[in-house]
Amino acid sequence: MSSTSDRVRSVLKQHAKLSVDAGALADHDDLYAVGLSSFSTVQLMLALEEEFNIEIPDKMLNRRSFESVAAITNVVDTVVG
Amino acid sequence: MSNAQAEFLKLLLEHGILIDMGVDGLYGRSGVFEDVVERFSILVAAFGKEDKAEVVRFPPGMSRSQFESSGYMKSFPQLAGTIHSFSGNDREHAALLAKMEAKEDWTEDQKATDVVLTPAACYPLYPAIAKRGALPEQGGLFDLYSYCFRHEPAIDPARMQMFRMREYVRIGTQEQVVSFRQTWLERGEALMKSLGVQVALDVANDPFFGRAGKLLSNNQRDQKLKFELLIPITSEENPTACLSFNYHQDHFGTKWGLCTCDNAVAHTACVGFGMERVALALFKHHGMDVRSWPRAVRKVLWGE
Repeated sequence: MSSTSDRVRSVLKQHAKLSVDAGALADHDDLYAVGLSSFSTVQLMLALEEEFNIEIPDKMLNRRSFESVAAITNVVDTVVG
Repeated sequence: MSNAQAEFLKLLLEHGILIDMGVDGLYGRSGVFEDVVERFSILVAAFGKEDKAEVVRFPPGMSRSQFESSGYMKSFPQLAGTIHSFSGNDREHAALLAKMEAKEDWTEDQKATDVVLTPAACYPLYPAIAKRGALPEQGGLFDLYSYCFRHEPAIDPARMQMFRMREYVRIGTQEQVVSFRQTWLERGEALMKSLGVQVALDVANDPFFGRAGKLLSNNQRDQKLKFELLIPITSEENPTACLSFNYHQDHFGTKWGLCTCDNAVAHTACVGFGMERVALALFKHHGMDVRSWPRAVRKVLWGE
């Protein structure tokens, strides 16, 4: 089974409309610097919730939670528990 | 708080400054109220005069297809007002009248027209400017003024469903747009202080809908994209946003294909004046009789 961060990269590839290949991103690369917009973040949030069958709590719905593969992976791991 | 709002509304109605129309948030305006709005509008124009903005006026309705493209329904579906009309035949007309007579819902067969009520004065501007092609080197600066609609019925007289918004909109490079907003942050505060009201500037967010909205609101605040100039009207603790200063980044530029002279996506920003809110703040601070407003304030507004 693929790791959380691999699945995060796959969701990014499909939903984040980045200017680079999500598969080639380092864990801590700034996603906003490679084209993640506010509205794409919304699509990304909904896609992550579907992929991992989770509901991200309101307090995590902020810019920092989606800033990198590592940050997103951390959010998913925290919510999945 | 809602008690204070109801009391202020009652006072405005009793003094004939606003006129009840039977729906929360929909009011007639007296000549006195309109004069204050008009004088404030002239004052705003005086503060912005040196920038030589292009004046553009749109009616309070916009094209439904442009409204759909604007993405407004993604963010504020709860606030939008669409215009529907009857488009049936004689038999359907008779059925409609029968339902109306029986006090049943007669609106279900109304069909959406091509017109949507304008939610913010600048919404019809972006597609119109995009049609002109790339912006000149100095970018664009526009002066807008329109009635707007937002579906949020409330007792608070400062939360009207139909109200006027005056705006300056800057379209250009990031530097041009950010500098415009900074200029107006300073001007706006000076302008309102000259009217003898208590002001506070704060970071703000738009009322985005739902959980996705929570994320958009937090993003907007984190990036300080929206500031509001707050003035207490019916509450000291929750003052009312009377002016707003918004930096949209490249959101509208990308959406409408607005280009700078070197073919980069244009950035946009606007300063918006809630005309009724400002007038209400003045009535609240200075009293219901404009003739007894402080001399300094009368001088700024009426030059006397």
